[in-house]
This record gives sequence, C-alpha cells and structure tokens, in this order.
Amino acid sequence: MVTQASSPVVIEGVRKTFGSTVALDDVTFDVRAGELFGLVGPDGGGKTTLFRILTTLLVPDAGTATVLGRDVVRDLWEIRKRVGYMPGRFSLYPDLSVEENLRFFASVFGTTIEKGYDIIAPIYAQIEPFKHRRAGQLSGGMKQKLALSCALVHRPELLLLDEPTTGVDAVSRREFWDLLHDLQSSGLTIVVSTPYMDEADRCHRVALVQKGRVLAIDVPGAIGARFPRPLYAVHGVPRHATIEALRAFPHAASVHPFGDTLHYSDAREAHHPPQVIAEVTAWLTTRGIAEMTMSRIAPGIEDAFMALMGDEPGAPA
Amino acid sequence: MTLAIEVKDLTRRFGDFTAVDAISVDVQVGEVFGFLGANGAGKTTAIKVLIGLLAPTSGSARVAGFDVVTQSEEVRKRIGYMSQRFSLYDDLTPRENITLYGGIYGLSDLDIRARGTAMLSELGLMQVADKLVSTLPLGWKQKLSFSVAMLHRPAVVFLDEPTGGVDPVTRRQFWEMIYAAAARGTTVFVTTHYMDEAEYCDRLSIMVDGRIAAIGTPAALKAEFGVSSIDEVFVRLARPTTAGAG
Repeated sequence: MVTQASSPVVIEGVRKTFGSTVALDDVTFDVRAGELFGLVGPDGGGKTTLFRILTTLLVPDAGTATVLGRDVVRDLWEIRKRVGYMPGRFSLYPDLSVEENLRFFASVFGTTIEKGYDIIAPIYAQIEPFKHRRAGQLSGGMKQKLALSCALVHRPELLLLDEPTTGVDAVSRREFWDLLHDLQSSGLTIVVSTPYMDEADRCHRVALVQKGRVLAIDVPGAIGARFPRPLYAVHGVPRHATIEALRAFPHAASVHPFGDTLHYSDAREAHHPPQVIAEVTAWLTTRGIAEMTMSRIAPGIEDAFMALMGDEPGAPA
Repeated sequence: MTLAIEVKDLTRRFGDFTAVDAISVDVQVGEVFGFLGANGAGKTTAIKVLIGLLAPTSGSARVAGFDVVTQSEEVRKRIGYMSQRFSLYDDLTPRENITLYGGIYGLSDLDIRARGTAMLSELGLMQVADKLVSTLPLGWKQKLSFSVAMLHRPAVVFLDEPTGGVDPVTRRQFWEMIYAAAARGTTVFVTTHYMDEAEYCDRLSIMVDGRIAAIGTPAALKAEFGVSSIDEVFVRLARPTTAGAG
C-alpha cells in the first residue's frame, strides 16, 4: 500500500482490546486527501472503536495512527480542533434549541455560527426555520442535519461520520449521501461508516470491516472481484423450494438469497459456466422447479463480503 | 378465522398531527407481511396500535381474531413482539432470559425448560446458554430475541427492524427463521429498511404520510410501477417529486 505523507488519515497496525474482546486487530489503511472513504461492515466490527481512536478519545494498545499529520496520542489537542465528528448516537443537548446547540459547538471551537455559515448553509438552511425548537423535539432526519451542522461549523479539514444512516429509510439515506458528495466536492476529506453494503458504491474507496479486521480495501467496483468463484443469478418458482434444491446440489459452494433472486456459486473450479448452468438447470428441473432462469453475473460487494467473512458469521468467540 | 390482522379505516392523531390516516390492511394467517415506509411515515404508531400500546383515534383493528381495544388482553397473549433495539436483558444469560419471558407469558416451568433447551440447541447457543447475553455478537442476540418472542407460540409476531446492523450472512439466516415460523403457521408482520428484504415478503405495503400508498405482492408492485426492484417502487412513492433525480 502506498502511504502518502499528505494522507489525512494513516493507520498502521492498530490494535485495541477491551478485556478479552479484541475490538481492532492489526488494522492498517490510509485515507487520501479529498477522498470519501467508507468503513463498511456490521455492528460489532470495530468501526466505532476506530473512530474513537481517530478522534483521540481512545488510545490504541499497539500501532500508530496519525490524523492530519499529527499523532493521535501525542497531539490530541491539535487534532481535536481540526476534525469534525458526528457520533453514531444523537449526542446534542435535547433541551437546548437548535440554534443554541449550534452556537455552543461553534463557541467550543472558538468560532461563531456566522463565521462558519457558508459551509453549513446547504444543510442548516433546511432546519433554520425551526431554530428555536428544542433539539429533543426534532424528527430523526432533522436531528441528523443539526448534528452534521454542529460537526461542520468550525470548518474541519476532516469529517468523521459514524453510521449516519443506520435506521434511516432507503430514500433519506440516498439524500444524505448526495449531501456528503456535495461536501466532498468542496474539498473536505470524509470518513464514513455504514452497515449497509449497498452504500459502499457511494464511496471512492472502502474498507470492509468485520470482527476488528479489515477484510479488503479497494474502490467499490473492484471489491466484487474478490469473490473467489464464478457467480450466477438463479430465479426460480417457488422460491423457497428453489433455495432448498440448490443447497442440495452436491457441487454447491454458496447459495444466498438476494432480493427476488438467488446467488449461486459452484465448487468445481474447472467447470465452464455454460456447463454449470446446464447441470444446475437439469438438477432443479428434476426437482420440480420448472419455471427458472439462470445466468452468470458479476459479484457485488455483499457477495464479496460474505465470501471474505468466512463460514462462521458472528459466532461467539 | 382466516385473517390474522384486520385493519379498517384506522386513524391515530396526536393533537393536530395525523400519524396514521384511515389505513386498511388485511393480513392472512401464515403470511410474511412487510410493512414498509419512510421514517416518520407512521409505521411505528400503527404497530403500537396493533399490539395494544396505543388506542386508535378512530377505525378498528383485530389481531389474531380479537379487537385491539376491547379485547387487548386476549390480543397480547397471542402476539410476540421484537423491537428494533435489542429487547432482552444484557446482564442475564440466554437461559435466564428465556425463564424470565416464559414466566411473563405464563408458561409452566416444565414448558419453559423443554422449549428453552430446544430453542438454544436449534440456535446453536447451548455452549453460551449460561454466559451473559452482553457477551454475544449482535446477530446472535437478534436470533435469540426473535426466538424468545416466539416462545409462547404466538399467532402473530411483530418484528420492528429486526436485522438493522446485522452482518449479511446472519441477516439471511434470520430470514430463514422467519420463513420457518411462517411455515408453522405464525403470521409475521415485519418492518425493514433493507429493500432486498422487502422482496422476501409474501406481500407488503408502503406507507407514505400516514396512508398506505401501495399494497401487494413484490412482483405485483414492481409490475404496477414498471420497475425491476422494490427499492425503485419505494423511491417513487416516498419522494414522488424527485423520483429519478437520484
């Protein structure tokens, strides 16, 4: 990996444990200037621990991390001034108004709403009509916009967002990502985490994170290629019978539902795709799945993630 | 009884705000019904009425054959509920949680022991049955939570975003548990923000601003809107003015 001296985030061999739980295990990656970088993976993967280290709130047990060229342990005060952080949980003051929250965050960083207004305007303008309302009484979407405004008002050089779209509906999630792209195109470097695999496509590069380890780092379009075998989409009716028949096929390597189709891969690496399709079709037909289609497809991020995470998902350690 | 859930012109207002606006939905016994909608569309309010936590302003709802207002005790005995936030006790073990909930549902000690052991071995949790729930990964907690909601063999189970934040393999295993429950005759009423999961439902409805904007099988809804995924149906309905802009 090429680690540039100017990379806003450089993490090398970071390890963090809590008692017997290994939250981060030898994590190494860098984030380039002006990049929208995604940490993609399920809850419990270590994403929040990583953000806490980058924001100087936790000290790693081993390894080093620099943010904007500064060491997270030695130079914490310098980093804190220059980084914007939106934690996963709503952490504003519920009994202060929208405007009071924003003014408070501005003052903590030695600035004012007015001085930061142009950077927050595209977001804050949407909630400004409610600036006298208590933050605790805002809808989920408005709370999120206020939290983002508070994280941006001091003009940070790096924006860290921990699961900003968790529990948010599919349409609002798209709108939030549009907003992040606008911010990124103004020159801000952004690191954002998400448990939704489909959001990885909205990032320039992603790190897939699971159980404290980085499974892969690449541009989203290249991650699918990490899937180790040819992949096929199978559409069969009835659906559940198709799943069971596919799983019973002696050469099945993986069978996973994906929306209204099934993704199938075959364990025989020497077999040519047309041969695999012919054999699987014959197998399903003899098992009463008359109405079916099967074709080869390019694996996506979720396919690659499942292949990389191994056979024992979330098993107790 | 052929309908597990029967909702007629159900309305719930909070002051001037109409959270649920004259919705009507029928759910068949054994169906996996997806209840979709944007944040703030009124899903949670509707579910609270169906499980007897909120009274409707007008209209009626019957769940498992009983009226949610006049027969709420009968309804509660026949439903299971799993909230989007983990609903077990973190500082108890899986076995202790099962004993606690079994007792609340009025099961005998014998039933609790038998069903608890069967459940734990089915989930592959025997080796952690006596460890604190707080030490389990999220995906396992969610599976345990679902099984506990099914402990008293409810006629209808309500699942509010059961798979949020869960890894992609465990998410799919969770849906297999849903199918298995439905195959045994339990009606499943489920909300999700994963649009691929919407495709797994027998039928689904999409709520917009307190109303049911569309209802049908995933295939019928896609045909109706001329699109290839439920995600696209959702975008069209939830943001009609900006559809296609994103």
